[in-house]
Amino acid sequence: MNRKLIFAVLAIFALSLFSSTGFAKDLKIALVVKNLGNGFFEASNRGAQEAAKELGGVEVIYTGPTTPTAEGQIEIIRSLIAQKVDGIIISANDPDSLVTITKRAMQRGIPVMSYDSGINSQGRIVHLAPSDSKFIGYQQVELMGQAIDYKGEFAIVSASSQATNQNEWIGFMKEALEKDAKYKDMKLVAVTYGDDQTDKSYREAQALIRKYPELKGIEAPTSVGFPASGKAVIDEGKVGSIYVTGLGLPSEVAGYVKKDVVKNFALWNPVDLGYSSVYIMKSLINKEIAGKNGDVVKAGRMGDIPVREDGLMVMGSPFVFNAENIDEWSPVF
Amino acid sequence: MEKNTATVIPNSLPVSFSDRFRSREALLLGLIAIVVVVNSLLSPYFLDVYNLLDSTQNISEKAMIVLTMTLVIISREIDISVASIIALSGVLMGAAAAHGADTWMILLVGLGTGTLAGLFNGLLVTQLELPSIIVTIGTMSLYRGIAFIILGDQAYTSFPASFEDIGQTYLVNGMIPTQLIAFVFFAIIFWIVLHKTIYGRRLYAIGNNPVGARYSGIRVNNYRLVLLTLNGVASAITAIFLVSRIATSRPNMAMGWELEVITIAILGGVSIFGGAGKITGVILAVLLIGLVQFGMQLINVPGVIMSIITGLLLIISLVLPIILSMFYKRRRA
Repeated sequence: MNRKLIFAVLAIFALSLFSSTGFAKDLKIALVVKNLGNGFFEASNRGAQEAAKELGGVEVIYTGPTTPTAEGQIEIIRSLIAQKVDGIIISANDPDSLVTITKRAMQRGIPVMSYDSGINSQGRIVHLAPSDSKFIGYQQVELMGQAIDYKGEFAIVSASSQATNQNEWIGFMKEALEKDAKYKDMKLVAVTYGDDQTDKSYREAQALIRKYPELKGIEAPTSVGFPASGKAVIDEGKVGSIYVTGLGLPSEVAGYVKKDVVKNFALWNPVDLGYSSVYIMKSLINKEIAGKNGDVVKAGRMGDIPVREDGLMVMGSPFVFNAENIDEWSPVF
Repeated sequence: MEKNTATVIPNSLPVSFSDRFRSREALLLGLIAIVVVVNSLLSPYFLDVYNLLDSTQNISEKAMIVLTMTLVIISREIDISVASIIALSGVLMGAAAAHGADTWMILLVGLGTGTLAGLFNGLLVTQLELPSIIVTIGTMSLYRGIAFIILGDQAYTSFPASFEDIGQTYLVNGMIPTQLIAFVFFAIIFWIVLHKTIYGRRLYAIGNNPVGARYSGIRVNNYRLVLLTLNGVASAITAIFLVSRIATSRPNMAMGWELEVITIAILGGVSIFGGAGKITGVILAVLLIGLVQFGMQLINVPGVIMSIITGLLLIISLVLPIILSMFYKRRRA
């Protein structure tokens, strides 16, 4: 009886081996985001799916860890390599830790590119930056200045402390504060990290409001920390005395604009970002570009995107939202 | 063979074939067979030697603690501070690397931290006669808290290349990760210790009746001290592999691993009340959980659902033998 059982199991094994070989051939492109349940990345996925539909024969796998950690992304990339996907697009939680695993992917012939938040250049072929980091940093300081009349203390509620893009922007924000005399009365009192989790960002913002009674503004360069900070301002009864600005999704921030917690904020369009990434990845898979300086990708409705030095590609400058145009944009993304 | 049993006192009661068939190991083997069949039907990439071996990298790290945890639980103790010990020794290794320590020094720091943390648990349990569950609930917060104080929201990401090689090397044609080799090595050692030495037999005695064991001349407290220290050392070894693999250490790493480790041990047939359990069962449980998780990763199941399924597996493996034995009893009556 035992022998029959073993034989049966082996037979099922063999059967499953055979049944699994024949397979249809869509290009499989994985879109690995910082964490699931983040409105910004959901929107970028919509753009990616749109591009996949336009291109045809492309399947986009939208995936990411539940919390924004590099470990989580490493596990996911490992399984994507095992699944033999055709290309990996990633918004990295850490520029260094992911290099080993993405190199491994490229050794196995899977092209890797980063978008939104970059990986160090040896771990990817190209990086699509939503905008120029310097421009974003300077713009954020200007928006904060407009909100608080260029005077008083403000603080930052960022994403995780290793997030590549946030740290760059904060660096340029500090530079703007130092260099431009216009901002001499503005003081950055603290940088805190909400790890792109709503509850932690809320607590960080709440702590800032309580710790700095003179606080005039909170800047949140992340779509999770932004609404959480707005909520904290309302709950602490500081509407009208503390203003929040940053980078956020119009649909998530609209309510705070209406309640006069937010005067203005900025964002590039995540739908376009996801859309362009898929076009770029398709060109990489088909070896139409090598990711060298001077290569140009025809990215559908986004037009031509050139590759700059070090595999860097840039989409455009962030768009500013305020009370006048928010109704127009909040249903879009 | 059969004649000898009359003159020598047997090590265990005679085991019939149907007993073996109804044992925990048989149940686990059955579940593994089901998981393999289901997974290979769900994904064509499951039955691939490279992929399967690669997927052992992650589970093997946890499995090293499962081995020592098995001994701890068999002797009627528990240790839920293991994940915090990983975080603490990970962060201290990162700090050492940041201060320019070489690979040997980093290893020494890691192992030293783990040993001291385990020893501290052991001393509290044996010298103050406190229950290990209470002690390790306390040290669980304590160790991770220290890690947070040292590093806050930051992370260490630069390590010497030779240190990173520890967790990133694949042997035999780039197929077998070092983690798997280490796990197999430790599994053999602990199998011998538990099932072939007098120390192992004493652990069962302690677990079944600690007071009785003490009156029979076993230095129960010495065993407890050594076991809890050993658990700390195993956590440090896990930390070394984990940190070197992802080249990152931060205070919130390995969050929730203590539950996974204990789950695997219980799933492997170790009695939570002490006194029963086998290394073979635990190894099969490691294999089962590893295959389940890998299969779900291949079809891109989010992490939350994975932990639900791991929990269900634990409950099934506990309930199924009880139902089966009820069924057998009714048939005999």
